Amino acid sequence: MKLKVLYFASVREKVGKDAEELDVPAGVVTVAALRSHLRGCGGNYENAFAERALLRAAVNQDMVQPSARIKAGDEVAFFPPVTGG
Amino acid sequence: MRVAVQREVFDVGYEIKRISNNKKIGAVASFIGQVRDVAMTLEHYPGMTEKALAAIVEEAKKRWQVIDCTVIHRYGELKPTDPIVLVVVASAHRADAFAACEFLMDYLKTRAPFWKKEETPEGERWVEAKASDDQAAERWRQA
Repeated sequence: MKLKVLYFASVREKVGKDAEELDVPAGVVTVAALRSHLRGCGGNYENAFAERALLRAAVNQDMVQPSARIKAGDEVAFFPPVTGG
Repeated sequence: MRVAVQREVFDVGYEIKRISNNKKIGAVASFIGQVRDVAMTLEHYPGMTEKALAAIVEEAKKRWQVIDCTVIHRYGELKPTDPIVLVVVASAHRADAFAACEFLMDYLKTRAPFWKKEETPEGERWVEAKASDDQAAERWRQA
């Protein structure tokens, strides 16, 4: 299943890129599952998506809970809690 | 209603003046957030940021009488005392204008995808989200 995955702020720095097209296994159907999948990719990903990392996610530019469903073609973004204002 | 995400500084006087040209408006409340202490770089999520800000404005309009409203948030490199964010709310009466302005700031701080990286004397560091910001946003649930 193909996804567009974006990384922002400290997540972007840890992963070492701001965006990529990923082809993930069909079983990866939630944001939480995608996070686990990315953690399993090793190297930079293991650090960026570590269990202890406090992360937020958006699907198609809407902030979502980890249980949110994802489908082919979605834009999924991972980032730390926001600090604007 | 006007939502803008931009690098450039905004002109507060102009923004307030352009909102106030309506005979129904009896109150205009505004808030300006600015950089404290150290220089910083603000990153955001182009596309989502504008959507999130527009959604927060819609939420404020459901809760209070908002005749007009402007939200401008900057990104990029900013120095101490530089303005970061402007919220202007116009209503018939001050209670709605004040409340909606505070609500917009509280929600923006927890829902709009911006991240601050500070240049401290010890080096660069990402600002961590504050629990007090979550609490400030949370109290509007009961309101």
